[in-house]
Amino acid sequence: MDNKEVKKDSLFLKAIPYFDKYGILILLLIMIIALHIMQPEVFLSWRNITNVFKQISWQSMLALGVFIVIVTAGIDLSVGSIMMLSLMVLAITSKAGAAWYIVILIPIVIGALCGMVNGFGITVLRMPHPFIMTLGTLYIFRGTGNLISGGVPISGFTEEVRLLGNGRIDLTWLGLEKSQYLPASVILIAVVFFLMWVFLNHTRTGKWIYAIGGNPNAARAAGINVNKILVIVYSLCGLLAGFGALILAGRTDSGYPNAGLNAELDAIAACIIGGASFFGGRGTVLGVFAGVMIMGLLRNGLNLMDVSSFWQQVLIGTIIVLAVYIDVLRKDLGTRK
Amino acid sequence: MISSNKVILEAKNISKYFGTITALENVNLSVREGECLGVVGDNGAGKTTLMKVLSGLYKPSKGELYFNGNKEVLESPRDSQNLGLEMVYQDLALAGNLPIGENIFLGREPTKNLGFFKMLDYKKIKEMSEAHLEKLKIHVKSADQKVEELSGGQRQAIAIARATAFNSKLVIMDEPTAALAIKEVGKVLDLINGLKKIGVSVIIISHRMDDIFAVCDRVTALFQGTNFAESELSKTSRDEVIGWIMGKK
Repeated sequence: MDNKEVKKDSLFLKAIPYFDKYGILILLLIMIIALHIMQPEVFLSWRNITNVFKQISWQSMLALGVFIVIVTAGIDLSVGSIMMLSLMVLAITSKAGAAWYIVILIPIVIGALCGMVNGFGITVLRMPHPFIMTLGTLYIFRGTGNLISGGVPISGFTEEVRLLGNGRIDLTWLGLEKSQYLPASVILIAVVFFLMWVFLNHTRTGKWIYAIGGNPNAARAAGINVNKILVIVYSLCGLLAGFGALILAGRTDSGYPNAGLNAELDAIAACIIGGASFFGGRGTVLGVFAGVMIMGLLRNGLNLMDVSSFWQQVLIGTIIVLAVYIDVLRKDLGTRK
Repeated sequence: MISSNKVILEAKNISKYFGTITALENVNLSVREGECLGVVGDNGAGKTTLMKVLSGLYKPSKGELYFNGNKEVLESPRDSQNLGLEMVYQDLALAGNLPIGENIFLGREPTKNLGFFKMLDYKKIKEMSEAHLEKLKIHVKSADQKVEELSGGQRQAIAIARATAFNSKLVIMDEPTAALAIKEVGKVLDLINGLKKIGVSVIIISHRMDDIFAVCDRVTALFQGTNFAESELSKTSRDEVIGWIMGKK
């Protein structure tokens, strides 16, 4: 009898790290099942699920960028504005008649440069907290975007430019119907998230990003150039926001002044729901993906059920608080105080 | 004890000024191979400044450093590390969110090539750190355990393991037992004695006479930024050393 209990106990303890890693996926699964039960005909249909992926496509890029910044115990409030500025520059170059490969490259470069500005501001200007630097650039980048575009939408891009955001991969060769296509953005999400996972978990720089978040003094003492890594991290975050702009350009066929407004908050929310810690050093790429999915599915499900968007706000807020509370409880179990 | 006569580090006439403040004035210090030197002194006596000069974090205003008899100018802690000197910081300088093995190799991780890319070699990190911990007789459940799950004494042991993982010849420890529970102090002191046995020299800064008298071969006292007194441990007493700290001979 006693023996059995010990066994059970150790099984529970052994399960903790797995729960730690994959718990968020269980939550995602529960949500999918619940939504399926509530909307059996529509929710799990090909059309609806591809719609969800299209909707979260650019948000997932912002969330992933903000995530690596949060891992360093930083924050980037300017991602929405970086995306908007990149989108506007893309629209202007496209209107000016530049070749499609230049138009595609432009938002990526602009995004990375904007991120680099954040990185240098935090390290070289020694801003007391990334919150302040990126709050400043939140205004600066959006203002610049409006200045160069005159604050009006610019529409109409070529097919090549729209490919990532709007492209369809035909699956009729698999015996599926014509309407059952794969959005190109799904492939992009999968590739970018996989590459980021490899980068963070299997390269030295990725390991150092986690180390900086865990203890920047330890990183410095280990001879790691913390400032250099931070500039890389913020630049990568901006680069991903540039990808977001490219996807958004494809989806909407237009550069518009309100693009990415408040998107930084959604990105931060997705990271937090996905288990990233504001104190840095904690969180996984898989978690961010789950966080983005949870927010996307919640919005989609509530829309399908015709729930008002005000309720959506209340629910997303509640999930953020609950997700972090679960994290607090988990930490009580796992760590020495 | 078994210290040879080979001097591995010598500091000659070191002075360090911060503006008009004199932190160190003509300080001399030397460490032999496999020797443990205790550095004592009141707060503000210049102990930590001297250690930062030795590790290359500060450049001395005057004076010279000799490693194995060769004069060296240190530009950064990296330089002293390359010469075999490692520092264990008072705040331990470990990343709690990372496992033990990754902390030991932080900044110097072994990699393997995958096409053009250099990927972390987790297997090697685990094997090498477990072998190293075994050598130092540090017992932990696994090198995969996160540092934040360890006790203060275990963390101190990991910090020391980190400092000695790359064939260092000299380890400087700043108050290695200050934050520890009493039963863990003994383990850390055993570890220091173990280092001496494998020929690693140790400089230990401590306020605790128990520590100094448990592991050191020689003790030197700083007072107001100058050499005040020095003796083989066998030729002095606790009361005398405490007197030196207060500035009395």
